Amino acid sequence: MKKTVAHLKKGEKAIILDVATDEVPLKLLEMGCLPGNEVHLLQLAPFADPMYINVNGSHLAIRKETALHIIVETPT
Amino acid sequence: MAKQLNVALIGNPNTGKTSVFNQLTGLNQQVGNYPGITVEKKEGICKLERGVKAHILDLPGTYSLNASSLDENVVIELLLNKNDKDFPDVAVVVSDVENLKRNLLLFTQIKDLGIPTILAINMADRMKRKAISLDIEAMEQRLETRIALISSRKNQGIDTLKKLITEYKHLPTAPCVNASVIAPEYFDRLRKAFPNQDLYKLWLVITQDVNFGKVERKQMDTLATFKTESESNLKRLQQKETIIRYKFINEVLRDTQTIDVANAKDLRTRLDRVLTHKVWGYVIFFAILMLIFQVIYDWSSYPMDFIDESFASLSQWVKNTLPEGALTNLLAEGIIAGLGGIVIFIPQIAFLFLFISVLEESGYMSRVVFLMDRVMRRFGLSGKSVVPLVSGTACAIPAIMATRNIESWKERLITILVTPFTTCSARLPVYLIIISLVIPDEKFLFFNLQGLTLMLLYLIGFGTAIGSAWILNKILKIKSKSFFVIEMPNYKLPLFKNVAINVIEKTRSFVVDAGKIILAISIVLWVLASFGPNEKFSNAEAIVTEQYNVEQARIANDSAFAKTIPGGADVANIPMTLEERVASYKLEHSFIGYMGKFIEPAVRPLGYDWKIGIALITSFAAREVFVGTLATIYSVGDAEEETIKNRMAGEVNPVLGTPQFNFASGISLLLFYAFAMQCMSTLAIVKRETNSWKWPMLQLGVMSGFAYVVALIAYQILK
Repeated sequence: MKKTVAHLKKGEKAIILDVATDEVPLKLLEMGCLPGNEVHLLQLAPFADPMYINVNGSHLAIRKETALHIIVETPT
Repeated sequence: MAKQLNVALIGNPNTGKTSVFNQLTGLNQQVGNYPGITVEKKEGICKLERGVKAHILDLPGTYSLNASSLDENVVIELLLNKNDKDFPDVAVVVSDVENLKRNLLLFTQIKDLGIPTILAINMADRMKRKAISLDIEAMEQRLETRIALISSRKNQGIDTLKKLITEYKHLPTAPCVNASVIAPEYFDRLRKAFPNQDLYKLWLVITQDVNFGKVERKQMDTLATFKTESESNLKRLQQKETIIRYKFINEVLRDTQTIDVANAKDLRTRLDRVLTHKVWGYVIFFAILMLIFQVIYDWSSYPMDFIDESFASLSQWVKNTLPEGALTNLLAEGIIAGLGGIVIFIPQIAFLFLFISVLEESGYMSRVVFLMDRVMRRFGLSGKSVVPLVSGTACAIPAIMATRNIESWKERLITILVTPFTTCSARLPVYLIIISLVIPDEKFLFFNLQGLTLMLLYLIGFGTAIGSAWILNKILKIKSKSFFVIEMPNYKLPLFKNVAINVIEKTRSFVVDAGKIILAISIVLWVLASFGPNEKFSNAEAIVTEQYNVEQARIANDSAFAKTIPGGADVANIPMTLEERVASYKLEHSFIGYMGKFIEPAVRPLGYDWKIGIALITSFAAREVFVGTLATIYSVGDAEEETIKNRMAGEVNPVLGTPQFNFASGISLLLFYAFAMQCMSTLAIVKRETNSWKWPMLQLGVMSGFAYVVALIAYQILK
């Protein structure tokens, strides 16, 4: 299974590999949610949804269902 | 005519764009609407050097030129239309120094349209804290523009910005990024098909259909036939475009910006740890809500009492000073009494707008959205519905407009439909006056009973909103993709000037708009109450005097007898003077008296008399008219100087002989006002926002029907 932003733990950082353009709003891409950028999971609401992330210097909250479409890679 | 420059302020939300606008224009600004839509249009005049005046337009905040909402669409529509009278001679892109990367995306898009563009880097006062340093000169060269480093908060750099605006003719207009490299072949075909058009503009128009689909393309109609790419392909191309823009921006920033991360102070993380905490976050949010309601109830009661009394004495003064006659009566009993009913709102509305604007300005509101999204989704709402539901406590109109940033249509529609259940400030005067009449001013444990009742009414409003959202979510069969993205801005201390301007502006427009309706209605009411259809009205004095004399004679006869019987003095206890009896007889036989009598059968089961019935009818246009109407009705013919409250307390039910406003009828009225849809302006806004009469009519029917049934049940149980 591919790892996505939804699988990150609080405080974890990862690099975005791919974004499913059809499922993710353009607005999110424009805020910097693009392949190659780093995403940092800052805070989780109860039930891990929504998720509070920092990507490309933008602080955003997104829902888990959207986070599932942002594929990432954690540096090992 | 003096030469006037058109300047457009553009920028991401939360960049302090409005502060820059306030600094440039001072109080020299006006707020209106864009024609045909309810997007707020803020414009103002700024004086530049050598007598040049600049017309400054504060465009809605947007992250890019690819609009995804009505507000953002305004920006692109203007920038694509050279013939618009507001088309800018120069654009000022306001950006946040802490997130230049993302802010520059919008800058490159606007510059690529060939419009002279100045970059204003705001919040420069934060650079030291965040250990950011910029090489402005190098940046100007790379971006081929002029840059003003400003701090709207500290009022720094505004003069530089003004100077740059004056010199706009020297700005280079070369594009930053060549967008056509994302699909050379496609752009080639476009170029051949429309040789006279700017390529980037064409591309924006084509993709706009994908994102928003409402752009009018009068001159470019043939473009519709050019949609040779599928939607998802176009979206992929937009992603590509975004990537090359960021590539350009990253290169520029790598050479011109340094951030010493180790030395950056981070207030955000520490505050977020508490404010978005799984437990403390919610505790703090509810504590803040409680505080707000407490303050509104407590603090505003003093100015409200003062206003109430002032209007009563003003009305009396007019009556005593001006020559007697119909016109004086209209002024004293119709207009002043009616206006008093609206002016009395000002303290509460101002407090409400004050709190809401502080919560928004500080950046806290986004945290609430984050906390509440999951919970709200259960009821078919979005976390973003919290903002409309909270601002609905001020007024449903701006609240419904605030639903625009909810991405999912279904969530947005449900929010629009249930928002009018929240207790708006127009209900407050009705609540306050009735509560003060029927709920004892006593303490229960540590709480004031009246305050507790008010809070209960707010909770009922929220509860009904949430409950009906849950039902609507089950009933409505709308499929829509629910995207949810919200920026969590930096925490900021709200600027006094911004908050003050916001509060003054909102309160003013509320009072003026509602005031017009109330003024008109109170004049009509006064006329209807001051004239009657038959001789019972015109001969009232003779008829009542005769009755009175007969009664007096009887009382005189009986008085010796009455003294011997305990409680026999009842008749004499009715404290009506001849004058008052004439007045009430007249009112009963005036036009409005007959109208009230006509609907009385419908409202009697709820515990209301015909006077309240009239107030119910008139308040279908706007709730706040209720108090004004009763004030007007009760003051007609009233000789004494009285506050509205005292007049209402003195009302006696002619059948039962008990006060008209008792516990049962009071609770019934409170519940009726809690649920009924009585606001024309809200209905009009809902029509505009949903683009159909179906939804506002549904609101009107369901809410008012529900209100009637609940009020009926309550009265029948309690009486």
